[in-house]
Amino acid sequence: MRRAFGLPAATAALALLTLGSCATGDHAPLAGLDAPPGPRAFDAALVKRGAELAAIGNCRTCHTAAGGRAFAGGLPLETPFGTIYSTNITPDPQTGIGRWSEEAFRRAMREGVDRAGHHLYPAFPYDRFTLVTDEDDRAIYAYLMTRPPVESRPPANRIRFPFNVRAFIGAWKALYFKPGPYRPDPAHDAAWNRGAYLAEGLGHCSSCHTPRNALGAERADRHFDGGEAEGWHAYAINAGSNAPVPWTVEALRAYLRRGWQPEHGVSRGPMAPVTHELAAANDADVRDLARYVVALMDGRQGAAAERGAEAPGDGSAGARLYESACVQCHDGVRPLPFGGIALSRSIGVAGESPRNLANVILYGLPAADATTAPIMPGYAGAMTDAQVAELARWMRARFTDKPPWEGLERIVAEARRAGPKGAQAVAGGAGVDPARTGESR
Amino acid sequence: MSGRIEVNGTWRDVSSEADTPLLYVLRDELALNGAKYGCGLGQCGACTVLVDDEAVFSCVTPLAMVDGRRITTLEGLGSAASPGPIQQAFIEEQAAQCGFCIPGMIMRTAALLRKDAHPGEAQIRKALHPNLCRCGTHMRILRAAMKAAKA
Repeated sequence: MRRAFGLPAATAALALLTLGSCATGDHAPLAGLDAPPGPRAFDAALVKRGAELAAIGNCRTCHTAAGGRAFAGGLPLETPFGTIYSTNITPDPQTGIGRWSEEAFRRAMREGVDRAGHHLYPAFPYDRFTLVTDEDDRAIYAYLMTRPPVESRPPANRIRFPFNVRAFIGAWKALYFKPGPYRPDPAHDAAWNRGAYLAEGLGHCSSCHTPRNALGAERADRHFDGGEAEGWHAYAINAGSNAPVPWTVEALRAYLRRGWQPEHGVSRGPMAPVTHELAAANDADVRDLARYVVALMDGRQGAAAERGAEAPGDGSAGARLYESACVQCHDGVRPLPFGGIALSRSIGVAGESPRNLANVILYGLPAADATTAPIMPGYAGAMTDAQVAELARWMRARFTDKPPWEGLERIVAEARRAGPKGAQAVAGGAGVDPARTGESR
Repeated sequence: MSGRIEVNGTWRDVSSEADTPLLYVLRDELALNGAKYGCGLGQCGACTVLVDDEAVFSCVTPLAMVDGRRITTLEGLGSAASPGPIQQAFIEEQAAQCGFCIPGMIMRTAALLRKDAHPGEAQIRKALHPNLCRCGTHMRILRAAMKAAKA
């Protein structure tokens, strides 16, 4: 998603725009409510259900600016096509969705169209949210309409031509968007279907975990093969998973709800807010979602014989760095989340891309605000790019049976250039907050 | 292992083990006691020194990582008799209460000013974010850093 936008794509985009302007118009505007329905208009049980679902949809993360009020929007989303600011989805009548009817909300989720009938940018993942049922949309609507209204207008989008022409989105949708709610697969049981519905729809896992084409659409032929998000790699979560320890349903459920799991490590980067939100989701929902994803991974990951965590002193530069800087925590006695995971168990070392490993070596795991969470100091100041690459290369050879990464030096340099932005802890981060999860350790 | 590091402009041969934290090399072997041991986890900033021009936590930086590099400590910025401009600003603003965090605060400020000679308050706050002060003299530390940035 981060690569520079190439000429062929621009040409394709112009062709699309031409197509878009003749083939796809906007939708009809829907009447606005005279006034927001107010919190008393909704059943408390429906609102609670909506809260659980909104946690799975991770609505809050994108629709809240750094330091801003929840759901008031304004978070800049960097895309290859420009910067899109998330919208205010509080029930403020002027700047939020206070005058949106349930029908208008459902249409936005199902069809990617705002109340006035304009196409929405697919940064709002309606290509996934279209699967959400009317019933669940109703609950999410009830939840959002009972949040405190915040008067706040996000900055205007800064999208490059030709993507800033809304007809372009119409053409994009004609090519890549298949609207319609989830259709259960009769070959599977209800729990599997529930998990598939949540993972493929509201949970929009594939928005990050599937690679995208030059026009930013998910590549259907590479579903869950791993993708890019905000300077981090989202690992493959299908049969191509490189997880060095096979995921079980229980392990994945615990990881998703707590942001860490002793056999697998901690969630960081853009996954940290996802797991932070999932702490507030319904446990049965998360278990179903985990069961579906674990079934996709097919138990094939972890086939590699696990290597011991103890490092023989082979005298190489990488070994020296590992033994002097890493081993105290990563081969120590402190358990997760406060010690480091044995690197033989780390997807960061076994994964298909070294980007996350480079991010974490350079920028560490910053302490999260107001919660206990894993910490690691970053080494951007002390280590050269050559040292980071040498260490990563050594770890890869020592702790996995995978081939060396290609383009390691280039990726380390990219991580350095990108800076710590993507490595900042979110509030709560991969926090361990029993009050929030309602779980005991 | 023996290593060779340039400390405050002078090349020094050191004989500490490769995994010895730079902080211990500086304090125990070279008797440069400006950098302080705070948390030992790279989380409080009391041990901050410069490697080349970057602020690093010397308590979690092994000697092997910085062999052959250029280190600047608090002592490299000036002396009690002749404080450097950042140190002078911290003295004038009476930024220290117990003083334990101050060497790290000064070094973090020095790293910022090497990148940006005249940062604004927002940049200073962001830059000093990794460093903790338990006395609560943050506002004086901030004023001192701003004074140094204007100097």
